[in-house]
Amino acid sequence: MKAILAIIFKDIAVELRSKESISAMLMFGILVLVIFIFAVDPSVDRLLVAPGILWAAFSFAAILGLNRSLSMELDNDCLQGLLLAPIGRGELYAGKVSSNFAFMMIAEIIVLPVFVILNNLSFNVQFLKVVGIACLGTLGIASIGTILSTISANTRMKEVMLPVLQIPLTVPVVIAAVEATRVVLTNDPEEISSWLYILGGFTIVYLTVSYLVFEFAVEE
Amino acid sequence: MPDTFALESEDIRKTFGHFTALGGVTLSVRSGEFFTLFGRNGAGKTTFLKIAATLVRYTHGKLRIEGIDIREEPEKARRHIGFLSHNTYLYRDLTPIENLRFFSRLYGMPDSDERILSLLDRVGLRRRASDPVRAFSRGLHQRLGIARVMLHDPSVILLDEPYTGLDANAVDVLNQMLDEAAASGKTIILTTHDLEQGLRGASRAAIIDRGKIVFAAAAKDNAIREAYASYIRAGVTR
Repeated sequence: MKAILAIIFKDIAVELRSKESISAMLMFGILVLVIFIFAVDPSVDRLLVAPGILWAAFSFAAILGLNRSLSMELDNDCLQGLLLAPIGRGELYAGKVSSNFAFMMIAEIIVLPVFVILNNLSFNVQFLKVVGIACLGTLGIASIGTILSTISANTRMKEVMLPVLQIPLTVPVVIAAVEATRVVLTNDPEEISSWLYILGGFTIVYLTVSYLVFEFAVEE
Repeated sequence: MPDTFALESEDIRKTFGHFTALGGVTLSVRSGEFFTLFGRNGAGKTTFLKIAATLVRYTHGKLRIEGIDIREEPEKARRHIGFLSHNTYLYRDLTPIENLRFFSRLYGMPDSDERILSLLDRVGLRRRASDPVRAFSRGLHQRLGIARVMLHDPSVILLDEPYTGLDANAVDVLNQMLDEAAASGKTIILTTHDLEQGLRGASRAAIIDRGKIVFAAAAKDNAIREAYASYIRAGVTR
């Protein structure tokens, strides 16, 4: 647990110094929101398309954050320094997932009010539910994204390879998150739990599998 | 009293696809020994050291560090290992103190500030302890890398071409630290293609070629110089 915390605090310290990860995610997330808002026909019911726009912004911004997290560990071969430490590869994975998740959530919590304003929605208790869905969805994206960024680190086209691997594998998580968000925003009587089960199920599977295979992903 | 070995490798092989990086390295390094492994680029020096440091998985064989099988108990083995390569594994956005604090936490060393400051003193970086590492020259970087390696007081120090790109001052600091480490009974395994640097403090040396140890002798023995000279000549004409 101490090693996991050490990795999280190290990543926070690096981010406070460089300010590269969260600011890039924020800019990109807001930009995606603005482009989609203007691209959608105003006659279309905003609440039907808004969840898709929101999660497109979240998932594309997440790729930027994961790329930055990857490049921080590749710079000066720092990943090797982590691998030399007497900690399990699983702990290393848990530490990186935690910091990636934290940075993504910070960016998303700032992007969310922008989303509300751009869509003429009102701030209400429903948005706490959206934050909850965002937590679960983001954990799913961070869990698979962390191991994929490590795998892509060993390939020639590192930054290109990550989205190529990441986007298809996060489709189930993003679809479930979009549908759950839509149910919340439209007060749809449809049962939300089935989408949450899918979201939670994929997140647990991604976390467990990634935790178990991380050592094979990091060692040459 | 029987010899104790800091590193014992038995027929270590490593292949990357169809390429054989190591073709069966059998080597024993006694505790407290300063051992140098010579070889030209691509001979397998770095691969062997990375395997010993548990960074690369070997395909076949057995390797023990301080009697610990690195495949069975890698975390336990890593406690005994300090590894320095031409990359220092330091975060450029952090200061030396922040970097060393982070690594001390990974090694489970509480209250390490006193040790960190004393190490920074020894490598001549105490005054720059609060500057971000990105402002450091290659030599200062490597000095801090030496402090990182020594931080958890490892008994086996693995050095992969540590002199690459160092200025005279940094070479002096590295040599001084190695002399102190050797005097305090630590095992040092160094790889280089520089004969003079490699033999400076070594007690034994070997030559690796195409993934196999082709020659080994005491460092004082003139035979190692002759063997290395003919090895280099053979490489030139090859």
